[in-house]
Amino acid sequence: MANQFNINVDGVDYQIEAEPDMPLLYALTNDLEHKGPKFGCGLAQCGACTVIHEGVAIRSCVTPVSAVTGKVRTLDGIGTTENPHPLQKAFIQSEAGQCQYCINGWIMTSLAFLEQNPKRTDAEIRDALAGLKCRCGTHMAILRAVRSAADEMAG
Amino acid sequence: MLIESLNNLKIARRDLLINAMKGGGALVLGFNLPGSALFAADSSAALPGARKLDPARLDTWIAINKKGDVTAYWGKMDMGQGVDTAISQMVAEELDVKIEKVTVLFGDTYVMTDQGGASGSSGVSNSGVALREAAAEARQVLLEKASTLMNLPVDKLTVIDGVIQEQGNSTHTLSYGDIIGDKLFNVPLEWNGEIGNELELKSRAKLKDPANYKVVGTSVGRKDITGKIIPKTRFTVHSRVPGMLHGRMIRPPSAGATIVSVDKDSIAHIPGVQVVVEKDFIGVVAPKEWDAIRASRALKVNWDETKSGFPTTSEKLHDYIRKATADKSEVPENIGDVDAALASNKKPMEVEYEWPFQSHARMAASVGLADVKVESGGTVWTDSQKFYDTAICTAKMLGLKAEGEQIPVRSIWGPGPGSYGRSDSADGVLDAVVLSKAVGAPVRVQWMRNEGIAWDPKGPASVINMRAAIGEDGKVSAWHFHLKGFSRQDVSSREHSPSETLAGQLLGHTRKRNWTMSEPANSYGFANKRYSWDAIKPLRDMGSPLRTSHFRDPYGAEIHFAVESFVDEMAYSTGMDPVAFRLQYLTEQRDIDVIKAVADLAQWQPRTAARKQKNANGMLVGTGISYAQRNASVNAVIAEVEVNPQTGRVWVKRFFVGSDYGLIINPFTLDRTIEGNLIQGTSRTLFEEVKFDEKTVHSVDWATYPIVEVADAPEEVKIVKINRPELGPKGAGEPVTRVVPAAIANAVFDATGIRFRKAPLTAARVKAALDAAV
Ligand code: FES
Ligand code: FES
Repeated sequence: MANQFNINVDGVDYQIEAEPDMPLLYALTNDLEHKGPKFGCGLAQCGACTVIHEGVAIRSCVTPVSAVTGKVRTLDGIGTTENPHPLQKAFIQSEAGQCQYCINGWIMTSLAFLEQNPKRTDAEIRDALAGLKCRCGTHMAILRAVRSAADEMAG
Repeated sequence: MLIESLNNLKIARRDLLINAMKGGGALVLGFNLPGSALFAADSSAALPGARKLDPARLDTWIAINKKGDVTAYWGKMDMGQGVDTAISQMVAEELDVKIEKVTVLFGDTYVMTDQGGASGSSGVSNSGVALREAAAEARQVLLEKASTLMNLPVDKLTVIDGVIQEQGNSTHTLSYGDIIGDKLFNVPLEWNGEIGNELELKSRAKLKDPANYKVVGTSVGRKDITGKIIPKTRFTVHSRVPGMLHGRMIRPPSAGATIVSVDKDSIAHIPGVQVVVEKDFIGVVAPKEWDAIRASRALKVNWDETKSGFPTTSEKLHDYIRKATADKSEVPENIGDVDAALASNKKPMEVEYEWPFQSHARMAASVGLADVKVESGGTVWTDSQKFYDTAICTAKMLGLKAEGEQIPVRSIWGPGPGSYGRSDSADGVLDAVVLSKAVGAPVRVQWMRNEGIAWDPKGPASVINMRAAIGEDGKVSAWHFHLKGFSRQDVSSREHSPSETLAGQLLGHTRKRNWTMSEPANSYGFANKRYSWDAIKPLRDMGSPLRTSHFRDPYGAEIHFAVESFVDEMAYSTGMDPVAFRLQYLTEQRDIDVIKAVADLAQWQPRTAARKQKNANGMLVGTGISYAQRNASVNAVIAEVEVNPQTGRVWVKRFFVGSDYGLIINPFTLDRTIEGNLIQGTSRTLFEEVKFDEKTVHSVDWATYPIVEVADAPEEVKIVKINRPELGPKGAGEPVTRVVPAAIANAVFDATGIRFRKAPLTAARVKAALDAAV
């Protein structure tokens, strides 16, 4: 039976009608029409669907909508064209990503990490991003972008 | 916004344009093209007004509005390598307008002429060059019009940023917008009569001298990227239309299993699901996506597996290939007398290299939306890189007219995960067509992860036999390259016919076998030389998860892994340094130049045997070189590797690249494209192998088909690019990929003294070889 769920995404409250086991990703892409989180694997193996839930980067493709109790942040909510987030700015300037399908995962995972660990080494960045996939092989530019955003975020 | 507005279009632009032309031409209809459709679009760009899709008309290619904004209509698409940006640079340059004034629109078969889709790194080198001619012609026409209006000969006029002025009199001016703004040019343009990659245009005007370039050669930022990172851009995965249903496919438990019966009651508990079964095609549709997914998992299907499966396994594949009967053989190149040279040689060399099936394994599996009817056709939304063929194939699927100007199916391309050749991108949308036709509603199909790896067309597996005769003088007197493997077009790289798609094959469409193989591309001047190949049948005839097709640089990685590893083997066998050996035999200057450039960049240390050095951390370290031409581009790569003697893990710590792509349009974005090729090439060299047994494919996700991880990214990539403006731009999308595998294998040889002739060089394989060598 479909149930009603209240979720708070990027500061806005939504009421979603869904099966309890429906992953959050489908609410974000179908009900909210968000463009950031994307379906990559549905198996928690790639990160394309990453959002931040109560400060923690989670894979929305395997998170049942019924388990979402706290505030959700998505790539759609972290910056605007006029006022991009430092990570968005750095990814644009570094031309990180080709098809850009994976980029949501890299930015949101980096964001959760850098907010907790403003002082970080390159090795720590690589560790924090482990498991994310980029089939276009743009890891060099992604790492450059994350390093440069980290510098800006650390001030 | 986009999809809805498109849906409201009552008349296709093509009809409007043709009617406008019939009505006397120059009138602008003010037809509001949903420019946003064209995913490159910037809403401030010029709307096209009335144009006719006739390649021999300038208006088909270029439009200019009153503000002087230029719109170029491009018949390919960009997969994230900045091709549309490069083309906007070429158009801005030739028209003498600022880069900000140019928008390149693409991605709609009813709005742009077919320039062949993404294909063989030809975006800039073919289609961009054609648009450059169109831009030059537009400038010429504008100068001629200004000449009349200003009462001055053309050679007394100059153009500065879209404003024509009398030479030496900056007060006497006319802008492009003043002259043509929102009106048609209404002039012919020389066209070579071809459609697709071969389409060429020719301006009456002389092209600009590269010495005067202002925009070409500069690092203009990619125009598409902001909308994807501040996520506003609608990818194909976001396509939605009113009344749309969600579709999911059901795949058989073994390759080629056929449907006996379907128990629809097994999903009776899921609301609104319809099951579509036609021959061996089976899918479900439901109003809600999650319900479609649940239904596809719960549906009980009774399969007949008596004739399913494969005659071999991934473990035994290469012996199977060796023993298989060749169905077609060719000798594309045969210079001198190889057999005699080999027969008279005391110690001829002969070795074999093996490459597995590989999956495009896109970041996400196929997605497509179809809104079609048997009577009337309709629209498909796809991220297929051959989206013109998607329209043709859809029309054929519906039994409608599929040729000429008025194909009743419109194909709208949108960004998707990188596709790298004939991936599964073409298949999901045709599944959607079959489902939409069956249920009479628009259907969006998203393939699941397993389908995107197990069921995409594969890069072909092969065995390559290399032979050489080296005389007592140390000179190579003969070499023979022989490729045996699967066709690189078991399904065509263009999905123009149902039989070339998975859906079509499951519905029983058959086709003639297509044998396409490849040969090495280099300029070694060995005295006697032969290239030959044997193509063998696919492991299953139709509807197979191991059907093969183009995977980024078709056969390039496989072939040059063998060829460039073998060149190293020849060098060492003659006691020569691999760089010096190559330089001794190469005959083309561009090839020599990239090798010298990369050797300098990497500070190459000559050696005549594997050095087997260890660093302070106990890692085995080495460097290796490789090089290849591709079409008119040439690249050399040096890899510096660390091999962990405990685990066998290979890590490329540094890559050095020497490249020559003729005229460089955008150096920054070109570097990013090279890096992407290096890392994807690394992934294919070290990790990727499709696993299957007699039943079916077992590489179904990122755990069972591992690819490169961020830990595997090099510490550094250094690139030196040789710019050759006189040659014009050459393809850059994929040529580095083929150079990577041998660069890594040659570096691993330098580090370990072990020659790896089987890809991928997984940690387990390397570790086993290290242990065996002790
Ligand atoms: S889509 Fe969620 S991790 Fe891949
Ligand atoms: S940019 Fe294409 S998958 Fe990462």
